[in-house]
Amino acid sequence: MALAPAITDIELLKDHPALAALLAWNRAAVEAAKFDRDEMTVWVSAGSIREACSMLRDHKDFPCNFLEDITCVDWYPSEPRFEVVYHLLSMAKKDRVRLKVKLTSGQLTVPSITSVWPSANFPEREVFDLFGIRFEDHPYLRRIMMPEDWEGHPLRKDFPVEGYR
Amino acid sequence: MGNLTLPVIATEPGQDRTMILNMGPQHPSTHGVLRLVLEIDGETVIRVLPDIGYLHTGIEKTCEAKFYQQVVPMTDRIDYLCPMSNNLCYVLAAEKLLGLEIPPKAQWVRVMLNELTRINSHLVWLGTHALDMGAMSVFLYCFREREDILRLFEMVSGQRMMTSYFRIGGLALEPPIGFFERVKKFADRFPTNVDEYENLLTNNPIWKGRTKGVARLTAEDAIALGATGPTLRASGVDFDLRRDMPYTGYENFKFKVPVSQDGDVYARYMCRVQELRESISIVGQALAGMPEGPVKADAPKVVLPDREQMKTQMEALIYHFKIVSEGFTVPAGEVYQSIESPRGEMAYYVVSDGTAKPYRVHMRTPSYFNLQVLPSMIVGRLLADVVAAIGSIDIVLGEIDR
Repeated sequence: MALAPAITDIELLKDHPALAALLAWNRAAVEAAKFDRDEMTVWVSAGSIREACSMLRDHKDFPCNFLEDITCVDWYPSEPRFEVVYHLLSMAKKDRVRLKVKLTSGQLTVPSITSVWPSANFPEREVFDLFGIRFEDHPYLRRIMMPEDWEGHPLRKDFPVEGYR
Repeated sequence: MGNLTLPVIATEPGQDRTMILNMGPQHPSTHGVLRLVLEIDGETVIRVLPDIGYLHTGIEKTCEAKFYQQVVPMTDRIDYLCPMSNNLCYVLAAEKLLGLEIPPKAQWVRVMLNELTRINSHLVWLGTHALDMGAMSVFLYCFREREDILRLFEMVSGQRMMTSYFRIGGLALEPPIGFFERVKKFADRFPTNVDEYENLLTNNPIWKGRTKGVARLTAEDAIALGATGPTLRASGVDFDLRRDMPYTGYENFKFKVPVSQDGDVYARYMCRVQELRESISIVGQALAGMPEGPVKADAPKVVLPDREQMKTQMEALIYHFKIVSEGFTVPAGEVYQSIESPRGEMAYYVVSDGTAKPYRVHMRTPSYFNLQVLPSMIVGRLLADVVAAIGSIDIVLGEIDR
């Protein structure tokens, strides 16, 4: 089974239901898209993630009713440095879509989606704790894994694996 | 919509009607090191704040410093009750990144061992959950069968708990001679054992009194708060990844997905007990239809060669040396692979930058999300029901904290 090359042209992908829904909703908010290894990824602008999630949750053709996961990837030292990754599942369509938000190191805030899915509570706290990304309007943005007085964010690439000694 | 717990601990004067009660982290019925800060008014829980992180070991960070094949033993240690599910989820993600095709026999053995893992995990859950509520003998019965499963694991992988038996590209070894016969013996006997557990609990008036109508969860709350697995299905949402988004050959098996509409502790108990029966039926099907053939993919650059080949063929020796000393590179990309673990949806999000070490490994663990459901279950209920609710969502703190 050879790997098919990733498709990154929005024009070729615009029939995918999730991307079609996002494009019809707000073309300007969609930054890029990728279809690789049978998985759909859409980059949306940081400011519009909450509205994008809320729109997809209530969409009639591709209802992503379930938030599976929120995490983050640090691309240090390149910029934009962080990518916050959201995995949404459509139980009705048995398919999922990955939304991504790019963040530069000067602007580490992204709107919280706890008002769309309360399940975002813990994972957003985890991303805040381990990567140092702030979620606006999160009801209780505090460290969740590390001790309260911990300095630094361990999952960043410039944090040594063995810690500071 | 499920309501978020607003963890405001009332300390202002005039609010001394209520009491703050600390439960855990060292408490036998929190199933690990979960700490709950409970605000109670008499016997009624008003607010609850789960406090986690006591077992955080930074496994995700450690994975970034390992070769792809070295990550497999890390995955066992997240959830010590279902190591095979963790192994499977990770190797499936890595195989998807590589574009590897896995031979049918390896897939069927994986399915069989995963269902045994599910039984193993549910047995520990059932035993400890019943023990929490005062039914001592169920615990002894469950651990009797669990011991049999651990012996099977030891036979096939050399380890009782931290199996690391699945490898990227197939299985570590061919299952030993006589292994399938022993599994067959267990599978033939096990349904009568489930009858025994049910005899003790299902119609037991004390058990029903402690569980029926307790810690209710609606389907809307379950979805909004991210519950998966039996916790979700007991609230009436019919969704199981094995059936709805099949992986590793589950589409070849016939099984029912137990669903209940009640959403209480008893419903979760019934769902899991029926899952025990379905799982053992899948094990039986896997044994009956076990295909012949290799248990490793034909990918010499990724899969370690057999010992015999390594000692006799130059090429195999070179590949062996290279895989062990410098790993194998994985094409750049990212995958999100999810499976139905005993507790719900477990997923690995693996990002590759084209080198021999994963750039990022993230685990979406079911307990982490199922724990978020807890406050909406127990707020307004009696303090004694907190223990029943914690037991019923079947959390493992190792995979919550990672």
